[in-house]
Amino acid sequence: MEKQLALQMRGITKRFGGVIANKQVDLDVYRGEIMAVLGENGCGKTTLMNMIAGIYFPDEGKIFVDGREVVIRSPKDAFANGIGMIHQHFKLVDLFTAAENIVLGVKEKGKYNLKAVNARVAQIAEKYGFRIDPQKKIYDMSVSEKQTVEIIKVLYRGADILILDEPTAVLTPQEISRLFSVLRRMKEDGKSIIIITHKLNEVLEVSDRVAILRRGEHIATVETKDTNENELTEMMVGKKISLNINRTEPKNAAPRLFVKNLNLYDAEGVHVLRDVSFTACGGEILGIAGIAGSGQRELLESISGLQPAVTGEIIFHNPKKNKPVTFFHKSMKRVRELGAQNAFHDGKGNPVSFQGMRPGAVRKWVESGDVLFNEDEIINLRHRTPLQIRELGVRLSFVPEDRLGMGLVGSMGITDNMMLRSYRKGRAGFLDRKKPRALADEIIQDLEVSTPGVNTPVRRLSGGNVQKVLVGREIAFTPKVLMAAYPVRGLDINSSYTIYHLLNMQKENGVAVIFVGEDLDVLLELCDRILVINSGAVTGIVDARTATKEEIGLLMTKTDDARKEEAP
Amino acid sequence: MSQQSVKLHEPLVHLSKRDTIAPLKAWLIRLAAIVLGLVVCGLVAFVLIEKIQQKPEKIWDFYNAFIRGSFSTPRKLWKFLKNLSILLCIALGLTPAFRMRFWNIGGEGQTLVGVLGAIAVAFYAGDRLPSWALLTLMLLAALLAGAVWAVIPALFKAKWNTNETLFTLMMNYVATFLVSFFLEVWVTNGSGALPKLKQAKLPVVGGNDYLLIILVVLALDAALFVYMNFSKQGYEISVVGESVRTAQYVGINVRKVIIRTMILSGMLCGLTGYLIGAGLDQSITANSVGGQGFTAIMVAWLGKFNPIFMILTSGLIQLLNQGAAQISQDFNVSGALPEVIVGIILFFIIGSEFFINYQVHFRGCGKKTAKGGKAA
Repeated sequence: MEKQLALQMRGITKRFGGVIANKQVDLDVYRGEIMAVLGENGCGKTTLMNMIAGIYFPDEGKIFVDGREVVIRSPKDAFANGIGMIHQHFKLVDLFTAAENIVLGVKEKGKYNLKAVNARVAQIAEKYGFRIDPQKKIYDMSVSEKQTVEIIKVLYRGADILILDEPTAVLTPQEISRLFSVLRRMKEDGKSIIIITHKLNEVLEVSDRVAILRRGEHIATVETKDTNENELTEMMVGKKISLNINRTEPKNAAPRLFVKNLNLYDAEGVHVLRDVSFTACGGEILGIAGIAGSGQRELLESISGLQPAVTGEIIFHNPKKNKPVTFFHKSMKRVRELGAQNAFHDGKGNPVSFQGMRPGAVRKWVESGDVLFNEDEIINLRHRTPLQIRELGVRLSFVPEDRLGMGLVGSMGITDNMMLRSYRKGRAGFLDRKKPRALADEIIQDLEVSTPGVNTPVRRLSGGNVQKVLVGREIAFTPKVLMAAYPVRGLDINSSYTIYHLLNMQKENGVAVIFVGEDLDVLLELCDRILVINSGAVTGIVDARTATKEEIGLLMTKTDDARKEEAP
Repeated sequence: MSQQSVKLHEPLVHLSKRDTIAPLKAWLIRLAAIVLGLVVCGLVAFVLIEKIQQKPEKIWDFYNAFIRGSFSTPRKLWKFLKNLSILLCIALGLTPAFRMRFWNIGGEGQTLVGVLGAIAVAFYAGDRLPSWALLTLMLLAALLAGAVWAVIPALFKAKWNTNETLFTLMMNYVATFLVSFFLEVWVTNGSGALPKLKQAKLPVVGGNDYLLIILVVLALDAALFVYMNFSKQGYEISVVGESVRTAQYVGINVRKVIIRTMILSGMLCGLTGYLIGAGLDQSITANSVGGQGFTAIMVAWLGKFNPIFMILTSGLIQLLNQGAAQISQDFNVSGALPEVIVGIILFFIIGSEFFINYQVHFRGCGKKTAKGGKAA
C-alpha cells in the first residue's frame, strides 16, 4: 500500500530564553501508522509536539498537513487541521460526566443534545474498542478511564492525527496492552498516531517507526522492525551504554525493619494505610509497586516519623549483640542512658553503667571498643519524630519523592544542603561548614555531579544532579535502612543507572533498601522482593526473580473487598 | 482558518522568566531604574512647580535641593543618619521573620508598644530609681512589650495556622489605641500631650545626641548579619522559610522556630521603640513611630533581607524623604509633592525587579537574545 503523508515538519526551531528546545527538526508522519517520538527527559519531545498542537508557536520552520502549509496558533487551529493532543496531565472537569467533558467547547449547529452526544461517544467507543460509560463522572474514574475520555474527546472533534504524551506512565501493564490494542485499531482506520515516550520496550512493541530526539535535535527516524533496544539507546544518549542492572544474591539477609499492622488516616480522615505489614531485610532490596497514590508515600513518611501512624508497630532491629558501642550515631547522652538501663557489658560479662564517671572517661572507654551491647537493639519507631529517631541512634535514610520541596532546600548550595542532616553537631551555636563542605566536594567528585560550584543553588542543577546530591547525602550517613521514593523519576538514563548502582552498593553493604518504583521492568530487574500495594493495603509480596509483570499488574489493581470498584 | 495565506507571527511582546541573572547586571538594572525615576521626578516636579509659581525654574535646582535635604548642613546629615538608623533598626527586626516567610507587617505596632513599655516605666518609676536602673528597666520593658506583641500572632500561626499578615496588621491598630488609652489616663490636663520625662534620657555619647543610636543600630546590623548567616538558629530560619516540609523532614521543630524567631523579631522592634522613647522623644504619642514600621517593610524587601544591603536601602528611602521635604520647603509647594516624588521613585525601583525576574522579547528580535526593556 502506498503510504500517504499526513504531517510534515520542516526546520522547526523553538527557543526559551537562551535555551534551545528544538533545533531544525524535520519530521514526517504518514497516514495509518504509529510513530514513536523517543528521547530522554528534557530533550524537547513534548515541546515539539506542543507546536503541532498549537500550545507553542515555532520560532522558525514550517508545518504541512496533507502537503499543504498550515499555521497553527492555537489548539483550535490544530483541531481545524485534524490534529489533537492528549496531554500527560489530563485537562478534564471533575464534576462533569465523560460525555459533558467530551462535548465541552465543541461548537455544533443545533441544540445542545446530550443524548445525541452519548450515542456518538458510544459509537466511537465501539468502533475502536474503548470501554467507557459516557454518563460516569470524572471524579469517579480511574486514571486509565480518564485517559480514555481524553482520547475520545480528541476523536469526537474529528482529529485524525493524534498525539499522546507519555500515555503509559500512569497505567498498569494490563491497561497498557488494552491501550495499545485500541491504538492499533485506530491505525487500521487510517489515523496517524504519535506517541511520546522514553520507554524502549513500548516503542518496540507498538510503533511502526521511531523518531529519536537528542538535546532538541532530530537524530534519526528508523523502522521499528529494523532496530533494537541497544541501538535506540545509543542514539538517544549519544554513546554506548550498558542496560544491565547487576543483581547479586542477598548475602546473610537478616530482618532489619518490621512493620506490623500499620494504619494511617490522612487529614480528611481517609484511610490511607490499611493494616500494612512487611519485613525489610538488611542486604536486600525490597521494591514497592503500585499505582501512583496508593499509599507508597504515606508508608515511607510514617516509617520516617513524618506522619504518625494511628495503630501498628514499626520495629527497628539492630543486631548489636556483643558488638561495640560507637559514638557515630549515638550521642553521649544516649550512651549514658543506655548504660543506666544496663544495656552494656565490658566483654568479660561485667555490667557497665558509667555511674559517676566523667564524660571524658566515658568517651575514652567507649572509643577503646571494650563496651559491648548485651542484646540486639530493638527500637519501636512509632510515635517518634524524625529528630527523636535520629537521637535514638537509628540510622534511617530517606530519599523522598519531592526532592526540592522536601529532601533539599532549592535555594541553598550543595554545602548548605549537606548540613541539613548534620548541622546540629557541635556544641556552639554557630555552624561548622568545614565538614559539610568536604562532604559536598566528595559527592561532587564521586558521583560526578555537574555543577558550577558548591554554592550554586541546587534548584539550578538538572534533575539527575539534584538526585545525586540527595542520594549522596543520605548514603553518606551510612544508613542501616535506606528508603527511596521514585528515585529515578525524571532522570536521564545515565543518572538512572548511577542511582541503581548506588542502591545495589548499599544492598551489598548490608543495608535494608526499600525502593518505591513505577517502572515494573526496573523493579523486576533490581529488587529481590516486591511488595505490591493497592489503596493503602498490601495485596502481595512476590519474589522479583520469578514474578512476571502481568502478575504484579493484577496485584496492583486487586481489591480484597468491594470498597473500590473494579477498574474496567 | 486553515487556508490562511498570510503568515502569522508571534505576539508583539512576550515575556519569559529568567532562570539566572548576573548580579552585576541586576544591580545595573536597579541603578538605571533609580536614575530614570529621578529624571521622571525632576520633570514632574518641574512642570508642577512651574504651573503653581508661574515662574520658570532651572531643572537643576530641583536636584540641588534634593541633595541639600540631607547633606547641606551637619545638622541635616546627623538627622539623616539618625533617621536611617531608626528605620534600619525596625527593618532589622522584620528580617528574621521575613527570612522565615512569616510576613510580619506589624513592625509599626511592635515598635510602638516598645515605646509604650519604656515610657510607662519612666512615667511610674521615673522619680524613684537611679538613672541607670531606670534606663535598664525601661529597656527590659520595651523588649518584653515588643516580644509579646510579636509572639501573639506567632502562637496563633503555630497552633491554628492563622494568617499572620492580617493578624500582625491588626495588632498595629490595637497598639495605636492602647497608646491613646494610656495618654488619656496619664494626661489629666486635657491637652492630650505627655510632657517630656527628663529623667528617661539616654546619655549623650561623643557630644552628639544621635551618635549612640547610630552606633547601637550599626552593631545590631552586624550582629544580625552574623546570626542569619552563621548561626544554627539562622540556618533553621532559612530552612523553614524555604520549605516547611524540608524542615520537618530533617527534624526541625517548625512551631518552635516560628515562635522563637518572632520573639526575636518583636524584641528588635521593641528595642527600636526604646531608642525612640529613651533616645529621642522621652514622651509618647500614638504617632511616635510615624509609619516607619511600614516603610521598614520596604527597606527589608528592597535590601533582599540582607542586613548589609538594607543599610543602603534605608539610606535611599531617607534620602528621598529629606530631599523631598527640602523641595517642598524651597519651592514653597504643598507637602503632597514630596509624597508624589517618593511614590514615583519607589514605583521605578519595584518595577525594576520585574525586569530582573523576567526577560522581555519583542517581535523580530527572535534571532538575538532580546534585552530587557526599560519602560515601566
